[in-house]
Amino acid sequence: MAHEGRDGCGGGSAFDVDCDEAVRQLYHFLDGELTEERRREIATHLDDCGPCADAAGFEAELRVVISSRCKDRVPDSLIQRVAAAIAAEEDRQRSRS
Amino acid sequence: MADRAEFAELAMEHMPALYTAALRMTRNVADAEDLVQETYLKAYRGFGSFQEGTNLKAWLYRILTNTYINTYRAAKRRPEVSDVEDVEDLYLYHRLAPGDGSGRSAEEEVLEGFTDDEVKAAIESLPDVFRIAVLLADVEGFSYKEIADITDVPIGTVMSRIHRGRRALQKALHQFAQARGLVGAGPASPRSS
Repeated sequence: MAHEGRDGCGGGSAFDVDCDEAVRQLYHFLDGELTEERRREIATHLDDCGPCADAAGFEAELRVVISSRCKDRVPDSLIQRVAAAIAAEEDRQRSRS
Repeated sequence: MADRAEFAELAMEHMPALYTAALRMTRNVADAEDLVQETYLKAYRGFGSFQEGTNLKAWLYRILTNTYINTYRAAKRRPEVSDVEDVEDLYLYHRLAPGDGSGRSAEEEVLEGFTDDEVKAAIESLPDVFRIAVLLADVEGFSYKEIADITDVPIGTVMSRIHRGRRALQKALHQFAQARGLVGAGPASPRSS
């Protein structure tokens, strides 16, 4: 199981999402790739279950860290190189036509 | 012939994102620059067939990814590792979180403490197919469907690569945190049972 049951977690009817299920669906949930019905079920579980909500918060934060740490500045020389290559390609095409 | 001004106006703004992806794919500046230039040349040549109103960024990524796989990866002449170790869900969380309800300051500190170089190196440590899937999903924010179109694989395969790649990435990040003495070796709490 995903974590030890706590107050407000692990109980409920057979129709509820349990912690294992919530963790399994967490990436799909955070990626916005669930159906609306499924999304609501997971959201309800996260509202009721502190440990799962904590884990979801961590995963969301980690994703922000990953994307924000992965930026690279394009060298000006590359911008100029690409522009020159496209201009040369245009000339080549024009001379052929 | 494609209209150069129109192409430049639409396509050039995507260069920072494409360059970042190219760097993570090739893992070096010279190849990344060549890959970006090749991508733009191919895109310019094919711009006439690009359907206006469709996703230009995804189209550029498709060219970038195909060019990388067909040119740079093939040139390495060594078999690409096509698998990652199976890593459990919430790998990093279970090893960083105090798990005693004492708040999230410790885990936040570790997360905030990851440097650009560490995150980039962790991504670059993943085998190609997982690296590309995680890059497209988590750095560029493409949907599963868009990634399936860009990489030409079924959506189920995309999901599997993203999810397994993310878990392997968490393990790589954990190793950096461990190397800096920020965390211990095992799970921090009993909730990883």
